[in-house]
Amino acid sequence: MARQAPVRDVAPTVQRLRLRYAKRGRLRFTSTRDFQRALERALRRTGVPMAYSQGFNPHPRISYTNAAPTGTASEAEYVELALVKRLDPERLREALDEALPDGLDVLEVVEVRTPDLAARLEASVWTVELPGVGCEEASSAAAAFLGCDRAEVSRLTKSGMRTFDAREPVVRLETREASPGADGTPCAILDLVVRHVTPSVRPDDVLAALRLVADLVPPIPARVTRLAQGPLVDGASDGDPRRAVSDPLAADRD
Amino acid sequence: MSVESVFPRLEALLPLVTKPVQYVGGELNAVHKEWDDVAVHWALMYPDAYEVGVPNQGVQILYEVINERDDALAERTYAVWPDLEALMREHGVPQFTVDRHRPLGAFDLVGMSFSTELGYTNMLTALDLAGIPLHAVDRDDTHPVVIAGGHAAFNPEPVARFVDAAVLGDGEQAVLRITDLVRDWKAEGRPGGRDELLLRLARTGGVYVPAFYDVDYLPDGRIQRVVPNRPGVPWRVAKHTVMDLDAWPYPKAPLVPLAESVHERMSVEIFRGCTRGCRFCQAGMITRPVRERSATTVAAMVDNGLEKTGYEEVGLLSLSSADHSEIAVIAKGLADRYEGTETGLSLPSTRVDAFNIELANELTRNGRRSGLTFAPEGGSERMRRVINKQVTEDDLIRTVATAYGNGWRQVKLYFMCGLPTETDDDVLQIAEVARRVIETGRRASGTRDIRCTVSIGGFVPKPHTPFQWAGQLDHETTDARLRLLRDAIRADKQYAKAIGFRYHDGKPGIVEGLLSRGDRRVGGVIEEVWRNGARFDGWSEHFSYDRWMTAARTAFEGGPVDVDWYTTRERDHTEVLPWDHLDSGLDKDWLWEDWQDSLAEVGVEDCRWTPCFDCGVCEQMGTEIQVGPTGVTLLGMPPLPPRGEDLLAAVPAPGTAL
Repeated sequence: MARQAPVRDVAPTVQRLRLRYAKRGRLRFTSTRDFQRALERALRRTGVPMAYSQGFNPHPRISYTNAAPTGTASEAEYVELALVKRLDPERLREALDEALPDGLDVLEVVEVRTPDLAARLEASVWTVELPGVGCEEASSAAAAFLGCDRAEVSRLTKSGMRTFDAREPVVRLETREASPGADGTPCAILDLVVRHVTPSVRPDDVLAALRLVADLVPPIPARVTRLAQGPLVDGASDGDPRRAVSDPLAADRD
Repeated sequence: MSVESVFPRLEALLPLVTKPVQYVGGELNAVHKEWDDVAVHWALMYPDAYEVGVPNQGVQILYEVINERDDALAERTYAVWPDLEALMREHGVPQFTVDRHRPLGAFDLVGMSFSTELGYTNMLTALDLAGIPLHAVDRDDTHPVVIAGGHAAFNPEPVARFVDAAVLGDGEQAVLRITDLVRDWKAEGRPGGRDELLLRLARTGGVYVPAFYDVDYLPDGRIQRVVPNRPGVPWRVAKHTVMDLDAWPYPKAPLVPLAESVHERMSVEIFRGCTRGCRFCQAGMITRPVRERSATTVAAMVDNGLEKTGYEEVGLLSLSSADHSEIAVIAKGLADRYEGTETGLSLPSTRVDAFNIELANELTRNGRRSGLTFAPEGGSERMRRVINKQVTEDDLIRTVATAYGNGWRQVKLYFMCGLPTETDDDVLQIAEVARRVIETGRRASGTRDIRCTVSIGGFVPKPHTPFQWAGQLDHETTDARLRLLRDAIRADKQYAKAIGFRYHDGKPGIVEGLLSRGDRRVGGVIEEVWRNGARFDGWSEHFSYDRWMTAARTAFEGGPVDVDWYTTRERDHTEVLPWDHLDSGLDKDWLWEDWQDSLAEVGVEDCRWTPCFDCGVCEQMGTEIQVGPTGVTLLGMPPLPPRGEDLLAAVPAPGTAL
C-alpha cells in the first residue's frame, strides 16, 4: 500500500506573473532544464513567495512554455509564476535579473490578467546567421525551399524518430547579407517566421530542408536567435520580420 | 603579459558536442579576476567530467582560499569528453579553464585533484591538449608546475614521471604556503629557474618532488630503497592536517553550476577524519585524527550556503556523519530552523550502529522517506571482525526493523567482495542477511511492499592501511563469488523479488589495484594505455580492461614484474613499499600489528571513546582529537534572516494597473 503524502497547509495563489527573458551569448548553450534549475534557485535566493504544489516532493508552481532549443539564443522566452503574496512586477524583474547570471536576462514582468498565453504564442521570428555562406547561395536555396509544396525532414524527438513537413509552417524566409567578419568571410542571414505546429518545426529543421532541396551546407554551425514569439499579424510576409508577430503580453498590460 | 580567452575559438565547436553547457562556465559564485592584477596563477583540475568534478568539495575549498588572496587567482578546468577532445585537436584549441577560458599552459601552477586513481589518463589528455610536456623532466621555465593532491596523492608514485610535485593531506594551508613561495620566487626574478622553485618547495618538508628521490630496485623486482638525491630534501614527506575546522569554514560561497551535476545539493562538511578503524578504508586511515566542526559553525555554514546558492537540500558530509558528538543537536536544530521552508537535510554515510530513529525522523520531517543506506561491508560476522567493522548482524536487523517500522520502505546495503581471508561462505552469508532484512521488514511494517537492495563491489587494497600488504582477489574468483551470491539470492522465491542485486565485476578493480599500490614503473603502463586511447577510466562505457592489460604487457616486458605482482601478490613485513617515504603519520609497525590482528580476527576500538592505541598519527603529526560535545544548542542562533522583504514592500493592490 502506498503511503499517503502528507496533507500540508499550502497557501493559496494570490498572484500570477508572466516573465519574458532572454538567453544570450554563451548561456545560449543552457538547456531548458538548466534554465529551470537556475530560475528556481534564483527565486529561492531572492525570497520570492512562490506557491508550491502538494505531495511528497512539492514543487514551486512555474509554467514553462515553448522553450528555444539548447544552443539557440533567444530574446523572447516566456515563463509564468504563481505567488502566495502579491509583488510589484517591476521589483521582481529587477531582483530576479540580478540573481540570474549575465546572459539569462529578465526583460519584462507583467501581472496575468488573461488566460492562455500559450495559445497566443502562435509563431516565432528567428534570425539565422550562416558564417561562411554567401548571400546569393543562401537566397537561391531559400527560393528553392519556398518553391516546394512540402519539404520532409527527420529528427529524433521524445517519441522517437519523426518525419514531418518543414515547409508548410514557414510563413516567411528572407535572406540578407551581414557585414563580413574581421577575416572577410561572408555571412548570410536568414529571417525566418515559423508557425508553431506539432511536432514543432525549428530553425534546424529548416536548415536540414535547405540542405536537402538545395545542397546548402554551412561550413560552420549556424548561430540562431529567436527574436520574438506571439500572435501572427495579418500580412506577415513582408516588412520588418519582428512585426510579423505582435506582443503576446499586450492583453495583460491593460 | 595578459592571457587571452580561447572562447571565440571554442564557441564554434560547442554546437557540435554533447552537453556544451559544461564547457561555458557561468557558475553562480565563480570568481573572475584580471590576470595582470595578481602574481600567482593557479589552475585547479578535477580530472573527470564537469558534472562529477564541479561539486567536488576539495577543489571548491582551494578555489576559494586562493581567490581570497589579493596576490593570486585560481580558475578551474575539467576533463573534456572525447567528442570535444577530437575537435580541439583538429582546430588547435588548448585545454582551457571554464572560468575565463584561459589556456592551461599559461598558469604558474596546475593543481590536480585525485580522489581516485582512475583520473590519471584524463590528466594526460589535459596536459597534452595544453601543450605541456607529459614528462616533468621535459618541462622548462615556461611550463606550469603540476602538483597532485587528493587521496590518491598518498601514493603518487605511478604518476611520478608526470607530476612535478605532490601534496599529501588537507590542502587549505598547503596551497597558501605554496602560493607564498611561488610569489616570492617570481618577485626575486625566478632565481635558479624551475629547479630552484621545486627545491624550495621540497625543503618545506610538506611538498613531495619525485625527481628529488631515487628509487633502487632488487633483482626480483621489489624496491631496495628510496633516497633523496638533493641536500636539504627530507627523507620522508609529511601530510598536512588542518586543526580547528571552525577557523576554516569553506566553501563560504559554494559554486552552483548551470549544468546538472551529480550532487544537486549543497554540502557542509561536519567533521574530518574517522577513527572507527575499518581496515579496508584508506580515507579513515589517512585523514586522522577526527576534527569536528562545532554545531554552531555547521549551522552558520548551512544558513550562509543556502542563502548564497538557493539550493533546497543540504548534505551533512563526513566519513560517518552520525558519529558527530552533537549530531542530535545539529539535526534537530536545523530541522526546527528550516521547518516549513521546503529545505531538506540529508545525512550520507550513516553507520548501522550509529543510526537512531529520532535522528532519522528529524531529517525527514517533510515526509520523504525514500530509502536508507547502510554499509555492513562484510557479509558474515567473521568477515566483519577481519575488517574491524564492528557491527553485528543483530545490530543491523534491529536497525532495519526500526526503519521499516517507521515508514521506510527501501533499505540499501553495501558490501565488499574479495576481502582478506574471505571464502565463498562469507559472501553467501550476504544472501542470508538480505533474507532476514526482508523478513524483519515485512513483520515490522505489516506489508510485503518493501525492498532491500544489495550493492557489492570488489575490494581493492590501498596504501597506508593495514591491508596494504594483502593479496587482492583475482577478478575470476571475484566474479565467480558474485555469481554464487546472485544465484543464492534468486533461488529463494519467497524473497527474490524483494531483493535487488547490484554488483560491479572484478576487472576494473584489478586496474584500480595496479594504480593504487603501484610504483614508478606503473607510470609506463599509464602512458602506454593513454596512447592507446584510454580516457575516462571511471566510466564503464569508456573503460577497457583489455586495453590496460595489453599496455601492461608492453610496459613491463622484459622486467621482473607484471600486473599480478602488483595486485594479487601478498607482501611481507620487510618489503619496502613504494609509499614508505610518504608519511601519513601512521606507524608502519602499528599497521602491521593491525594486519596481524585482522588475520586473528581481533578488533580494535575507536580512540574517541577509548584510550589511545598508538596508531602514531597524533604524535608524529603534532595533532590531537578535536571532538565535542561542547554543550551548545542552536536555540541561541539569531532567527533566519527574512528573505524577499524588499520585494514585499510597496505592493500594488490587486487589479491596479502599474
